[in-house]
Amino acid sequence: MSPEARELLVQAGYLGATVLFIFSLKWMNSPKSAPRGVWAGVAAMALGVGGTLLHPAVAVSSLPWIALAVMAGGLIGVPLSRVPLTAVPQRTALSHAFGGLAAALVGTAKYYLWLQEGGAMLTPFRTGAIAAEVLLGGLTFTGSLMAAGKLQEIIPTRPITYRGQLLVNFLLLAGALACAAGLILDPSRHYLFPILIVLALLFGILLILPIGGADMPTVIALLNSYAGLSAVAMGFVLDNKLLITAGALDGSSGLILSIIMCRAMNRSFTNVLFGAFGSVQAAAGGEARPVKSATPADAAELMEQASTVVIVPGYGMAVAQAQHRVRELYDQLAKRGISVKFAIHPVAGRMPGHMNVLLAEADIPYDDLVEMEEINAEMAQVDVVLVLGANDVVNPAAKTNPKSPIYGMPIIEADRARTVLAVKRSMNPGFAGIENELYTLDKTLMVFGDAKAVVGEMAKALSGGSALH
Amino acid sequence: MPTPELILAAAAAPPAESGSLLSYLPLAFVFVLATFVGLDVIRHVSRLLHTPLMSLTNAISAVVIVGAILVAGPEPGGDHPLWISVLGYAAIAAASVNIVSGFLITQRMLKMFKSREPEAKR
Repeated sequence: MSPEARELLVQAGYLGATVLFIFSLKWMNSPKSAPRGVWAGVAAMALGVGGTLLHPAVAVSSLPWIALAVMAGGLIGVPLSRVPLTAVPQRTALSHAFGGLAAALVGTAKYYLWLQEGGAMLTPFRTGAIAAEVLLGGLTFTGSLMAAGKLQEIIPTRPITYRGQLLVNFLLLAGALACAAGLILDPSRHYLFPILIVLALLFGILLILPIGGADMPTVIALLNSYAGLSAVAMGFVLDNKLLITAGALDGSSGLILSIIMCRAMNRSFTNVLFGAFGSVQAAAGGEARPVKSATPADAAELMEQASTVVIVPGYGMAVAQAQHRVRELYDQLAKRGISVKFAIHPVAGRMPGHMNVLLAEADIPYDDLVEMEEINAEMAQVDVVLVLGANDVVNPAAKTNPKSPIYGMPIIEADRARTVLAVKRSMNPGFAGIENELYTLDKTLMVFGDAKAVVGEMAKALSGGSALH
Repeated sequence: MPTPELILAAAAAPPAESGSLLSYLPLAFVFVLATFVGLDVIRHVSRLLHTPLMSLTNAISAVVIVGAILVAGPEPGGDHPLWISVLGYAAIAAASVNIVSGFLITQRMLKMFKSREPEAKR
């Protein structure tokens, strides 16, 4: 085959891959078409990789080694795809780290390759693109490892702050950008390149250090975006349009998700990245207001008399592994003709959409997973709201108390329902350490205990005590 | 009008020493358009599926394997030292982790999303 014909085939493959990648994401618009989206993605990847293997630059003698490297990656990838769903956020973070690493490695290889070829290829633009690729890839690599460590609780999840943190981070970034500028002006200053790599890696670590667990959904989405942008930068370096289109799709996905997360918390990007949110401590020692409490059996009876029940799940539900008990409760109520819906706050869980996946795993039909805006419109007609491991996302202070750190954050307006049942271990304030006046309302009954045990007892009371287990 | 041969040549070999920003303009167009397509497509993704969306985009961004293959591909020796190829192979392995785990876990999660209808049949 002539080189031209080969090149044409490669480019045609890339074009097909681009179309399929777009369809892959488009089909994610509903759970029905989504499985097709995965297959479109697989086909696109096969076209992209297959096309590249045809590229004249790829020697036949390299093919076995390429296959070996792919298999080595697959050996790590398969177990990573079988983690429990509660661990999906850290898996996602880890996977961003691999993406960043791959981009940084390719950028580094390209720089040194072109440098020792005499530097003619290192035009200012291409050097700038390499610098962007290595900077984004490097900081995504270490930043995502940090995020994964925090989510896995290997690293303390609370924000780690120190004096002058902002200044240190700023200086690191400025130093990295200065190295990049120096390289663009004169690509032969190769001593700047390792410094750029080290600064990028350090910046990634220190950027995530002060970010608390509650902000992880936004951070993961943001790192997703960076991983995409590093692929785009690689596309500019290698003059490869497939890398640019796929990277841009990934980058815009991360961007949209982080915007949704930020809006759901009423915060800005800068505030998430530099605000150390979790460190906000509510003024402790306010007078303890009386709460009313109920047993799981009382609570079950209340729900039995309701015609509509809304369950507000939070990450606490997942931690307690209560999803399957929730499913039993759901079945018992549904059997009595009671309408049961799940109100999902966008930031519930540890990553965008996390709660939906956890409930889907427990076989809750997705028709009953309802978004915050939708449920708030009907909240006044709801008989019973069952708050399960959620806290800040139902705190009315977000609407009523301008002094509250979460003021302005959109919430699920549980306080507008006729009765509120809140399952909680104790009266300790939640993640952000903010007092929640929902618990002291007249219409609220607290059910103390472990979410799994409490919901199990509720389901049991409804099934007439007949022991299911 | 550029002839097809010229377009092909431009696609095959990036402009080496011209270095003019103008030659990168087509790539910039591609980037801008792809971003707008991406923003619009992602905006319509069901909120139910944001977690699978992230694992799917993980796999998609592993398209960097294309760059890794191009770096690892040339026969080592002469102009292409072995250690450059090794970096490329490491990048291939890292990207493969994401391709394999990304697609597999997305499929696994999507299988869990069930509507009420098939249940009625049960």
